[in-house]
Amino acid sequence: MAPTDISNPKYFHKVVDCQWACPTHTPVPEYIRLIAQGRYAAAYMLNWESNVFPGILGRVCDRPCEPACRRGRVEEKPVAICRLKRVAADYKGDIDVFMPGIPSVKNGKRIAIIGAGPASLTVARDLMPLGYHCVLFEKDPRGGGLMRTNIPSFRLPEVVLDEEVGRILGFGVEVRFGHEIKSLKALLDDGFDAVFIGTGAPKGKDLDIPGRKAAAASIHIGIDFLTSVAFEHVHRIGRRVVVIGGGNTAMDCCRTALRLGAEDVKVTVRSPRKDMKASDWEIEDAEREGVPILDNHNPKEFIVEGGRLAGVRFERMRAEYVDGRRKLIPTGEEVVIPCDDVLMAIGQENAFPWIERDIGLEFDQWSMPKVDRLSMMSSRPGVFFGGDAAWGPENIIWAVAHGHQAAISIDLHCHGKALSERPAPGTSLVSQKMGIHEWSYSNDYADLQRVAVPHAEMAKSLRNLKVEVELGYDDKLAAKEVERCLNCDVQTVFTRPLCIECDACMDICPVDCINFTENGAEPELRQALRVPARNASQDLYVSDALKTGRVMVKDEDLCLHCGLCAERCPTGAWDMQRFTYVEAQASPACLAHHNAYIR
Amino acid sequence: MSYIQKPVAYHPALKKNALGLTHRDYEGAMSTLCAGCGHDSITAAIIEACFELDLPAHRVAKISGIGCSSKAPTYFLGRSHGFNSVHGRMPSVTTGANLANRELVYLGVSGDGDTASIGLGQFAHVVRRRLNMIYVVMNNGCYGLTKGQFSATNDRTSPSKKGDPNPFDPIDLCQMAIQLGAGFVARSFSGDKRQLIPLIKAAIGYRGFAFLDVISPCVTFNNHPASTKSYDYVRAHNQAIDKLDFVPEESEITTDYDEGTSVAVTLHDGSRLMLHKLDQSHDPRDADAALMTIRRRAAEGEVATGLLYVDENQQDLHDVIGTSPRPLNAIPMAELCPGSAKLESINARLR
Repeated sequence: MAPTDISNPKYFHKVVDCQWACPTHTPVPEYIRLIAQGRYAAAYMLNWESNVFPGILGRVCDRPCEPACRRGRVEEKPVAICRLKRVAADYKGDIDVFMPGIPSVKNGKRIAIIGAGPASLTVARDLMPLGYHCVLFEKDPRGGGLMRTNIPSFRLPEVVLDEEVGRILGFGVEVRFGHEIKSLKALLDDGFDAVFIGTGAPKGKDLDIPGRKAAAASIHIGIDFLTSVAFEHVHRIGRRVVVIGGGNTAMDCCRTALRLGAEDVKVTVRSPRKDMKASDWEIEDAEREGVPILDNHNPKEFIVEGGRLAGVRFERMRAEYVDGRRKLIPTGEEVVIPCDDVLMAIGQENAFPWIERDIGLEFDQWSMPKVDRLSMMSSRPGVFFGGDAAWGPENIIWAVAHGHQAAISIDLHCHGKALSERPAPGTSLVSQKMGIHEWSYSNDYADLQRVAVPHAEMAKSLRNLKVEVELGYDDKLAAKEVERCLNCDVQTVFTRPLCIECDACMDICPVDCINFTENGAEPELRQALRVPARNASQDLYVSDALKTGRVMVKDEDLCLHCGLCAERCPTGAWDMQRFTYVEAQASPACLAHHNAYIR
Repeated sequence: MSYIQKPVAYHPALKKNALGLTHRDYEGAMSTLCAGCGHDSITAAIIEACFELDLPAHRVAKISGIGCSSKAPTYFLGRSHGFNSVHGRMPSVTTGANLANRELVYLGVSGDGDTASIGLGQFAHVVRRRLNMIYVVMNNGCYGLTKGQFSATNDRTSPSKKGDPNPFDPIDLCQMAIQLGAGFVARSFSGDKRQLIPLIKAAIGYRGFAFLDVISPCVTFNNHPASTKSYDYVRAHNQAIDKLDFVPEESEITTDYDEGTSVAVTLHDGSRLMLHKLDQSHDPRDADAALMTIRRRAAEGEVATGLLYVDENQQDLHDVIGTSPRPLNAIPMAELCPGSAKLESINARLR
């Protein structure tokens, strides 16, 4: 293998699994260290700058960081990154002083932002400090988008939502709530310099099976139901409820139904349980509240008796996997589940009936707008998409990432610059050596299991929609959990000319990831290591040839970043260096803490 | 030395041996030796060898004298028996332990000071008595624990770190061991685990006196450019005379060995040493030839390493003096101590 080019920031960035996996590349290990130091406000700000909604995301993020977390490969469970983020939000105190200044003299550019969800709010936040005049249109009476309408308040309290949404609106965004855009053409005629469309994927999928029309009064689309509950239009539901669908919306539906007084709630899924789309932790939460998950149940008919819904007929399915592709095969066995109400959470779709098809904005064969992956711009210059509106349902953190990119593009567009001239990320690599065997980070491996988050008493939380189920870590629990972070951003940096091949690093490495061996092609080299490197998603760090002609090969997969290689190295050929990576944004004023951190 | 302990976490795909243990289970406490010390590499090689041999840790006794080398047993086989004894007196303590319980594997760890200076007399006699043990010398040519003075194994051509010349010729412990009757004599280098691990395994498999002289650079005092015990020098002058495979009893020989260049040595327990000869003039079963090889190579400025000499028929101390086949702790008390009356009768017989 060719020697690894560590001057390419991509290499070390990828080693920081959590940050690499996060769509907004939040510097996770750094904010966890800040929490460890009790610097909650600083930890919050690093999050806020990067992902805009730390309090919200600390509760309901899809957390792509956690499955990626190296800790989850070393032992069973990843660091509770998401819940630690919430700690920063819960304990931050007053942070108003850290907010970017908003120029009173505007730059003369007017931006229309449609929808008040996470993508739109991110665009507004990134552009306001630059002096843009942002006009936000939202059909609902309040901001937040699906964070308000589709996430029940027992998972995301209103006060948290109001605070973080309000902070952005407080930058002086001109808001027009209750204003539904009916025609993009008309809006474009108003002479905005750019338009951002962040209207989400608002249409819940329906199920056209017998009985659907006759029982319509008792069959509800999941996200519409959740919205009605959020805006307090719905207060009750039948005693027996069947939820159809296996995603996170289904989990929210069943738990909401319980809180509206349903006594017998079941979730039914077509696929086997292991293929369910819902996050494991959301399934766990539903089951903890006593909701059974019935898998392999394919709905065939809504049974109507006396003009009312009496139950749902299912056919049991069986899954077969051919070449990794799943096929659901009907078994012929039928099951009837009696119920009073059905909640359907089988997916969401985009809908753009309000975008005219003759304004130079192209749609693809699935009636989705053609949007550039990098710039977020549609085929009509000046019109940008983001969040679920761009490519269908994703999650909040992706919407925020889209918002950042769209804001950069809008800024470039408004200044007549090419959208391809995107600002580069900032990076740095600095030794963390403080003295002999002393490092600036906690390198001692903490042999701790993931700390469980305390929950509210179920008797109480099940009766009240507004009682938050998770209580969050207190400072003591957080202080324990932070120690589980392996500080993967503190990199093992190898300086070949200093190496005397004494084997000390190889001998001390607790996870046997360092090797001195003959070089070869990657597949052979991976096999030839002390412990074969079978996780192909993790890179090998390969040095140039050493004096004996061998090379140093480090499998990054399970490195604990404990620094013992550097401590046992007699010549300083190994050093622990903190790698910082700061994703560029439209406004440097929104990166003050990041810029302090990268220095 | 590091302030933290070695993390308990280990690679989940780590190989397990017949006892269901990983090599991490054969570790000891965190080393307090200097970073980069060759002794730590030898430690790692011992751990690997014991792991590969499926040795239960409680069947091993590690015994040492005084010095950096003699601290090392703390850093491996944390679940074995151990005795960190008096300077140069490791052989006596090992002899005593071995006579009391012949069923353990005795791993003596010593250094060039502990063996070639203060312990030279003890060394000579334990070899002569053919005690069934593995005697490892971690040889760095200096007294690392007392700031790097020359030891008795330092080459005459090798000055101190400051440049002071060494006025005396070295003691070659391998030559001495062969002359004194050791049945298994090998030399290796801490920086060459591929050679060292099979040698340690073979030494453990050998019944009789097995001597291993391992050149182990002292990174702090004797790893300078003029030293002949530095990593660079030993790498440049290391002449392996053979390549050893240790094939434990009951295992099949899977590699092809060319009869002209290979020697198979069968040990007492049926395990075999497959030696691939790199130096055709060398026959490891011939003590005179072994001495010649060492001396000739040394004269050429090279360090001959590998299995230098092996006597497949050596009798160990127990065989020679005809001790009880059972360890003392397995003999019933009444038999072990027959009482005053029996003593009386023995005494009476001798009057």
